Amino acid sequence: MCLGIPLKILAVETPGCGFVDLDGAAQPVDLSLIENPRPGEYVIVHAGFAIERLDTAEANARIQWFRELR
Amino acid sequence: MNPYIDAFREPTPARALARRITDLASQIPKDRRPFRIMEVCGSHTMAIARYALRDALPPWIELISGPGCPVCVTDPGYLDAAIELAHRGARVFTFGDLLRAPGSRETLTDARAGGGDVEICYTPLAAVEAARADTERPVVFLAIGFETTIPPAIRAAVEAHHAGLKNFSLLTAFKLIPPALEVLASDASLQIDAFLLPAHVSAIIGATAYEGFVRVHRRPCVIAGFEPLDILYGIENLVHQALAGQACVENQYSRVVRPFGNPRAQNLIEEWLEPEDAVWRGLGVVPRSGLRLRSDRAEFDAARRFALKITAGRPHPACRCGDVLRGILHPQACPLFGVACTPERPVGPCMVSSEGSCSAALRYRVSMRNVE
Repeated sequence: MCLGIPLKILAVETPGCGFVDLDGAAQPVDLSLIENPRPGEYVIVHAGFAIERLDTAEANARIQWFRELR
Repeated sequence: MNPYIDAFREPTPARALARRITDLASQIPKDRRPFRIMEVCGSHTMAIARYALRDALPPWIELISGPGCPVCVTDPGYLDAAIELAHRGARVFTFGDLLRAPGSRETLTDARAGGGDVEICYTPLAAVEAARADTERPVVFLAIGFETTIPPAIRAAVEAHHAGLKNFSLLTAFKLIPPALEVLASDASLQIDAFLLPAHVSAIIGATAYEGFVRVHRRPCVIAGFEPLDILYGIENLVHQALAGQACVENQYSRVVRPFGNPRAQNLIEEWLEPEDAVWRGLGVVPRSGLRLRSDRAEFDAARRFALKITAGRPHPACRCGDVLRGILHPQACPLFGVACTPERPVGPCMVSSEGSCSAALRYRVSMRNVE
């Protein structure tokens, strides 16, 4: 049930609605729980809703740190 | 290819983290072993089993799955009420993993086979669309779940409200994680040394929401994402805290979780819901651990609209899901596991839900290590 995964916003249509990229397919998403969503941003999608935005700077820093682990 | 998923599943850093944990954990004194870490999140349960993370850790680090699967903690009495709704002609919409969860006598699948209208949806908005398409028939969404799932369900009710729909309602059994943590930490028999805190529940309520809990119960806590590197790094930090004699809330999922959570989601909860005592399978009644619709939102409350009496259900007498959910019984130690209780013919909810401990243990053949 808790399938929250980070997906990229492809388009923001009417306020609160848009599409995310799910494995190459445009999937409708409700964006009403996010302040000022913009195309290109990543959001965590759960049950058809973006519940939070992904901070890509934080994510990239963590990825970099993990990659340096040997 | 999703860069923000794949990068957190890479094997080389995973092996490095496992070595770091093993080195660090060797410092845990013998009289403090095993070091028991509980996660309270179905997605953590799944990831730990799927990536065999227990096998990467020293044997005295025990990972215990707590009551983090929403279907698993739902009392059979709730399912009885949902089944009754289907028999009474309502169109019942639900996430798929509730479909085969046993009520006292039957499941929603049985109700559907008997002619009840039970439909699976991936978002509660699908139930609103169904209510809009046919305004003559009542539509009920089975609104169970933790803090993560509550805002989507309420947003669906908001949509129905804005559309002026009179035939849409929610059968709620919402539950809150922090009160459950209180119960788990207060029970000395469970011997939980540290908590791996849920990722997306925390995205809604914020990292600071656990501070009161930690102040009182003095257990190391780390908020971690669902990916294997997130979980391993979370475990390393829990061991670190324990060795340093610390107990604080560390947010290691800061790419998603903010200190104060998601204010829009919190406002929605505040406007529509109020606390109630809730029944948890495994924990019993936990004060103020649930949320119900406020009385001024009663028109969206299926229990009130259909005058349903939700009473405590009767689980199968041999089912040990309650003990599994408190972390005192390993799934494989249940006499029913994999024999009388399988994903095809589940006796208890932990074998039904894809996030259940028993389902995860069976599907990924979790090793019997640490089975008492």
